[in-house]
Amino acid sequence: MPVKVEVKNLTKIFGRNPKAILEKVKQGMSKEKILEDTGHTVGIRNASFQVEEGEVFVIMGLSGSGKSTLIRCLNLLNKPTAGEIYVDGDNILEYDKKQLKKFRQEKVAMVFQHFGLLSHRTVIGNVEYGLEVKKIPKNERCEIAKKAIANAGLAGWENKMPNELSGGMQQRVGLARALANDPDILLMDEPFSALDPLIRRDMQYELMELQSRLKKTIIFITHDINEAFKIGDRVAVMKDGVIEQIGTPEELLASPESEYIENFVKDIDRSKVLQAKHVMFKPTVLVSIKEGLKAAMMEMKSNGISSVFVVDSEKRLQGIVTIDDTIKAIKENKTLREILKHDYYTTDCEAFLQDLIPKATDTKYPLAVIDEDGKLLGLISRVSVLSALV
Amino acid sequence: MAAGQLSLQLPYMNNFPEFLTFNLGVYVEKFVKWLDINFGDFFEAVSNAILWLMIHIEDLLLWLPWWLVVIVVLIMGWRFSSVIAGIVFSLMLVLVGTFGYWDYMMYTLAIVLASVIISLIFGIPIGILMAYSSYVQALMRPVLDFMQTMPSFVYLIPAMLLFGLGKVPAVFATTVYAIPPVIRLTDLGIRQVSKEMVEAAISFGSGSWDVLTKVQLPQALPAIMAGINQTTMMALSMVVIASMIGAKGLGMEVLIAINRIEIGRGFEAGLGIVIIAIIMDRISQGIANRFKIPG
Ligand SMILES: Nc1ncnc2c1ncn2[C@@H]1O[C@H](COP(=O)(O)OP(=O)(O)OP(=O)(O)O)[C@@H](O)[C@H]1O
Ligand SMILES: [Mg+2]
Repeated sequence: MPVKVEVKNLTKIFGRNPKAILEKVKQGMSKEKILEDTGHTVGIRNASFQVEEGEVFVIMGLSGSGKSTLIRCLNLLNKPTAGEIYVDGDNILEYDKKQLKKFRQEKVAMVFQHFGLLSHRTVIGNVEYGLEVKKIPKNERCEIAKKAIANAGLAGWENKMPNELSGGMQQRVGLARALANDPDILLMDEPFSALDPLIRRDMQYELMELQSRLKKTIIFITHDINEAFKIGDRVAVMKDGVIEQIGTPEELLASPESEYIENFVKDIDRSKVLQAKHVMFKPTVLVSIKEGLKAAMMEMKSNGISSVFVVDSEKRLQGIVTIDDTIKAIKENKTLREILKHDYYTTDCEAFLQDLIPKATDTKYPLAVIDEDGKLLGLISRVSVLSALV
Repeated sequence: MAAGQLSLQLPYMNNFPEFLTFNLGVYVEKFVKWLDINFGDFFEAVSNAILWLMIHIEDLLLWLPWWLVVIVVLIMGWRFSSVIAGIVFSLMLVLVGTFGYWDYMMYTLAIVLASVIISLIFGIPIGILMAYSSYVQALMRPVLDFMQTMPSFVYLIPAMLLFGLGKVPAVFATTVYAIPPVIRLTDLGIRQVSKEMVEAAISFGSGSWDVLTKVQLPQALPAIMAGINQTTMMALSMVVIASMIGAKGLGMEVLIAINRIEIGRGFEAGLGIVIIAIIMDRISQGIANRFKIPG
């Protein structure tokens, strides 16, 4: 995937004369000391990252860590003190007024924590806003806005005022307004933080569903690690204006680079992040259906196990046999196929651990992870599920 | 007793020393003359503009049939307040007519309207400038404070100095007196607009004109309307005083009645002013309430 947004050595300092403080920031003077000595606040310190096209890039951190400052630099609501921001290869800091307007009208749209809706306009008036600024004719923009509203699940609410809507619905309007502009990049600054948990989950789900269709480049801010890991392809963790680590949720879980991140990760409900593919192990012992009962018995005996999965020549899962059944079958002259059992659970490799826990604790056999062709990819034991959670 | 004796003994301690005189009036006259010589054309133009506006408003108001005015007030009272208010307002207007003061009422109204219009033309842009620039705000604040602490008839003096007697100085004085609320409330209204709303507008690529006209002014409209209401009421109170420099109208009737001690005449004219005040206040407040933004 091509790089959509590239941020290089971005620094943002708030105060009377930010440029004068730059040297101190470069020398690594702490945020507190700079504030004490000079009255300037360091918002972001030398941040660099790339966001690929179609990626959901989450920025996470505690309150005051500079998340909003960073995302607001990306559409220049904040003017960076130093550094470069490339979007599609253009350094947006070099844009003149007209180019900047065009950039904001066409490439980026922002969704705000407290929605930022115009309270004097109706729902459709709000959704039309961006198109109106772009000088799209009335009929056309009305049509686009109606579609966007319907897509956000708000059909029939076009002529209501924002204050007549619940928080969740207001944020749908915010999202519809952003999407009506058909931007390449969506900037979302804690869009769901003001919503209650149930609505929030719905919205997260809808955003993911939407993203799977639209494939926008999304930069999403949250201070909730569960939210970050749920929707983020990659997550950047910020502290005191510095990006401490960037990685996929699994990478952050597996190898947090600092105590700060470890503390974050501690809070996470791993069962919602880890998937079957992360905890499964390669089956060390397998029996091919052609090999027959004797081979199955040998395998079990030599490995000290009481059951074994049986596959065909293409590694497609056929069933499981236990040692007791095998011994009995040899005496009774049955075939391997006759004594195959199927009372084990299968799962695909994308399944989240939280869905596997009940299965794993319910059965005496390991869970079999298979792909859509029925091929056995790996096994998950009860122990492996539980140990991944702590 | 002791104080009296003391003053007898030391007269020069209690009376202001005569050698300490400063004839400011001379300088004021000189200044006005200087203004007249150097900016005569300017004041002439201003004067003509005000007069033009006044005459047209007066003509319009006097041309309107009385019953039409009554009906309009009835409907507006009904729409912006209540049916009863509409009926009461129109009856009150008829009452003023029966006093024989219909035309005088229209003269008064014309000055008020002209002043309010001029106040809006200047007040709203000044308010916007104040909201946009803290520098302008810091400059205007004390000026507005000063304007509001001055007794209203003090305004008559510069008005008279610049424009002589008649309608024009009356409109000028009324405008100067009545303009502060609309300036203040425009400034306040715009500054109160939620930052997130403005940023949302900017983030969609709005230019400053879009932000002003599509976000800030509509959001500030309730405050501006409240300012217009206050300005109107202040203009009405000033117009009575402005009759001292020769503005024809109900105020002048009151003034004449006071001078001649004609209680009945003064009462009728005074009641007329009160009636206009009530009607204008109720209706303009009703209109202002219409602009309240839900939520
Ligand atoms: N306009 C501003 N002027 C001065 N300082 C600012 C400004 N905006 C932000 N800051 C400072 O920059 C730092 C980062 O703030 P920012 O709003 O980016 O944090 P955040 O991570 O978004 O926090 P939150 O989760 O509370 O939204 C803070 O110390 C804040 O005080
Ligand atoms: Mg923030």
